[in-house]
Amino acid sequence: MRKIRILIAKPGLDGHDRGAKVLARSLMDEGFEVIYTGIHQTAEDIIRSAIEEDVDVIGLSILSGAHMYHFRRVLELMKENGLDDVLLIGGGIVPEDDKKKLIEMGVNAIFNPGTSIKEISEFIKNNVRRIK
Amino acid sequence: MEKEERYIEKLKEWEEKVLKRSLEVLPEKGEFRTLSGIEIKRFYSPLDLKDFDYFEKLGYPGEYPFTRGIHPTMYRSRLWTFREFSGFGDAIETNRRLKYLLEHGETGLSIAFDYPTLLGLDADNPLTRGEFGKAGVAINTLEDMQLMFDGIPLKDISTSMTINGPAAMIWAFYILTGESQGAKWCDLRGTIQNDILKEYMAQKSFIFPPEPSLKLVIDTIEFGSKELPLWNPISISGYHIREAGATAVQELAFTLANGLTYVEKAVERGLDVDDFAPRLSFFFDAHIDFFEEIAKFRAARRIWAKEMKRRFNPKKERSLWLRFHTQTAGVSLTAQQPENNIIRTTIEAMAAVLGGTQSLHTNSMDEAWALPSEKAVMIALRTQQIIGEESGIPNTVDPLAGSYYVEWLTDKIEEEVYRYFEKIEGIGGVIKGIRSGFFQREIAESAYRYQKDLEDMKRVLVGVNKYKIEERLEIPILKVPDELEERHLSRLKRYKENRDPLKVNDSLRSLQRNADEKNLMPYIIDAIRSRATLGEIVISLKEIWGEYIEPVIY
Repeated sequence: MRKIRILIAKPGLDGHDRGAKVLARSLMDEGFEVIYTGIHQTAEDIIRSAIEEDVDVIGLSILSGAHMYHFRRVLELMKENGLDDVLLIGGGIVPEDDKKKLIEMGVNAIFNPGTSIKEISEFIKNNVRRIK
Repeated sequence: MEKEERYIEKLKEWEEKVLKRSLEVLPEKGEFRTLSGIEIKRFYSPLDLKDFDYFEKLGYPGEYPFTRGIHPTMYRSRLWTFREFSGFGDAIETNRRLKYLLEHGETGLSIAFDYPTLLGLDADNPLTRGEFGKAGVAINTLEDMQLMFDGIPLKDISTSMTINGPAAMIWAFYILTGESQGAKWCDLRGTIQNDILKEYMAQKSFIFPPEPSLKLVIDTIEFGSKELPLWNPISISGYHIREAGATAVQELAFTLANGLTYVEKAVERGLDVDDFAPRLSFFFDAHIDFFEEIAKFRAARRIWAKEMKRRFNPKKERSLWLRFHTQTAGVSLTAQQPENNIIRTTIEAMAAVLGGTQSLHTNSMDEAWALPSEKAVMIALRTQQIIGEESGIPNTVDPLAGSYYVEWLTDKIEEEVYRYFEKIEGIGGVIKGIRSGFFQREIAESAYRYQKDLEDMKRVLVGVNKYKIEERLEIPILKVPDELEERHLSRLKRYKENRDPLKVNDSLRSLQRNADEKNLMPYIIDAIRSRATLGEIVISLKEIWGEYIEPVIY
């Protein structure tokens, strides 16, 4: 079986990339294949990379407070492009209320600051839909 | 050192008779390192400060090399400025928060801008969707700036603005706002962050490529030295470098290297170092390792004074001063059990004060969740007031001077910073290092190591990897109301309708024509007087200078 492929992306204007970079590298240590997009990605950029790289998981890192908009947009484009079987997860500064709404919208998980790499890695392994 | 043999002899005796026995019963546990990885000894004694020359290392307060502080009396004459970073939604909403803070004893203002503003984009630009007012306030026009400071006389208060890529434009809005209130330019006090080099390294709110950006920074420094003598046209910032993952030593080394780069460029332009160096200011992080941070601040002053003297030999003593603002470490805050953050912030704020800061922002406990609520920011402000007015800490200048440990650590940090200076020189200086990704790699590496230590339980984070509980969040969380965006957008639309488009166009063309040759501040001010918006000015310059796209490094 091939390795699970993950796209870590920073949507929008947010420049806080510490978490995204640490996660990208740590998930590689956990045995995943990881592609990190860099900052300032539009939803279209992210979907394009996801298709080109044929990923099983998209992870968005947002610390700018603009999470509701960007997740909604990425979800829309995932549907339009037939990426329904790709896992969408995220992390950053996301209040509980918004977290609930995002999960209802179809985001698979939101990880708050302080989540361990192990927890994220386990979640991906247990929930990835494409490879099973 | 006097009587060195005696100290060594006594030490050996102590190790034999006292220590050995104690270790048998009470062995030491684990490794002892600072947050930045500096190995810490069991204790420190005169043997660790063998060649310590008081006057060379410390001097009296307010005296070269300023290790003990830049002022002879420090907080006995005036406490540091209580300055809480704030801004969200639109100008009118932020005006309310600023007044709330002033009512409760804040002594200086500090403005947080939203992401579109930080990147020089007006709110009607489609690239800004979803970002309006979320991480700060949106300021696109002179009218926005005037509304934000409505009822706050700018001649009486100092304002710090965290703005970098479009710092020159935001500053021009502020200057004209002051003017419209009847204040003279020369009476305006405050700071624009305007430190573009660290944006490429860490915070990532850059717009143009490094070279023209640096040109614009020097324009502001030159303009400030002539027109706004009380203004700090730059706040050379380690904060974001640290928050992005750097160690204390990296924070200090990279920041001071950036600072020296600005001075070099300004001197190359032909400015007299004494005309601008006294208005350079700095901004550091106060992280959770108490003594390491105090030592860092003390070392910062000493290194800066020494290097300024050695490289530029200024005549004014003030040109050697490292004046700084401090913010407690956002990255040390936890989403779990957020009330614990009050304690973390208190420890960090104490380190800043014991390190001799001129100004302080204490983080709010809820910032791992959202921008601060009124209640949370009030506690943060009270934290400063308790340290300043109850604790007795400010009673004497640099109270930890002479501590074997603190002096050793101060020396150690200085030594390690110099090692980095050599490295940076070796790779061809700061801008080459940015282009090649040197700094970004160094910072990413430290961030990775820190996370690994947490995962491996080598480092404890209370409530996160130890003492965890099941909890329901019970603190109020700030929501930025959606209506504010509507209000802002219709104001922006009206603003653009209500002006002479030919005049705007003329002023922007003139700005473009002079972008590379002239000091741009007067052209930016003219453009704003013609009612050009932030976004329009920035786009005009992008057409000339291009945009920066960073290498992706992780």
